[in-house]
Amino acid sequence: MAAGTAMSSYWRGVRDGLPFLAVVGPFAMLFGVLATEAGLAVHETMGFSIVVIAGAAQFTALQLLNENAPTLVIIASALAVNLRMAMYSASITPHLGSLPLWKRGIAAYFLVDQTYAVSLIDYEKNPDQTTAEKFAFFLGVMTPICPPWYLFTFLGAVLGETIPSSFGLDFALPIAFLAMIGPMLRTPAHRIAALAAVVLALAFAWLPFNAGLLVAGLGGMMAGAQAEVRLGIKP
Amino acid sequence: MSDTTQLWVIIIALGLGSFGMRFAFLGLVGDRAMPEWLLRHLRYTAVAVIPALVAPLVVWPTATGGEPDATRLSAAVATFAVGYLTKNVFAAMGVGAAVLVTLSALL
Repeated sequence: MAAGTAMSSYWRGVRDGLPFLAVVGPFAMLFGVLATEAGLAVHETMGFSIVVIAGAAQFTALQLLNENAPTLVIIASALAVNLRMAMYSASITPHLGSLPLWKRGIAAYFLVDQTYAVSLIDYEKNPDQTTAEKFAFFLGVMTPICPPWYLFTFLGAVLGETIPSSFGLDFALPIAFLAMIGPMLRTPAHRIAALAAVVLALAFAWLPFNAGLLVAGLGGMMAGAQAEVRLGIKP
Repeated sequence: MSDTTQLWVIIIALGLGSFGMRFAFLGLVGDRAMPEWLLRHLRYTAVAVIPALVAPLVVWPTATGGEPDATRLSAAVATFAVGYLTKNVFAAMGVGAAVLVTLSALL
């Protein structure tokens, strides 16, 4: 019976992750095209998408490679962009922390913006799931997001400059993130956290190395936690 | 250092670093109890980081060289509004993409 519920959790995850294919496809393809234009070979471009598997960090590294920045600056900047992954890791640990180490390793490798956000929304909406069901759901979400990330990077790298850079493609990523925010605003504390984060992100956007994102993320988390205590909101 | 070596140094360092950050808590904390104040902050990670990530991209889009842009701003507002009102991620993405494509064609 346990295997059956895990299986249905998996398919529920696939269903919830599927819309993001529409974003991941073009975004990965764009990376493949730009990497090829920057002079990377197909296997090097694939190396990025498989080893690093983090869109924003990959684009940052590519941008700095184009500018001939020093190796250390490239690594530090791209990792700074990815620092939010440590926050995701902490945030998902209460849900997946009791899994065997190798499964936690798999979850860590596939922990990207979309898999994290979609899973968290589901874990909060359906708090009575077992850890096995939560892990199955996570793998389900990952299925239409991560393997296509490799596949479309490859297509972009191979097809390269034959693809016209259509207007609006740059905005696919913001649209995907914006779509996820509404369903997250469940309580006044969530709304206060989001509002504080937006104000701080805009106020500190001038900071180098994307540090504004970290200031805003931490500030928003503190605002949410404070609001929860002061307003006596049940989490 | 040749270009190829430099590139692979970057790829492998980024891969190890990214995995390290993703594994930091999942792997090392595992199912040990975390203090309540920390959990209270972690509950708001997603709802703080995702809006913080997206806000500057909406107000100062890279594609326009950082100039605020009516088309992208309208698409952003529509996406957020539909997501907030319907709680449906797919509907929000669909409406946002439709507004973006329609206004791009018209303006």
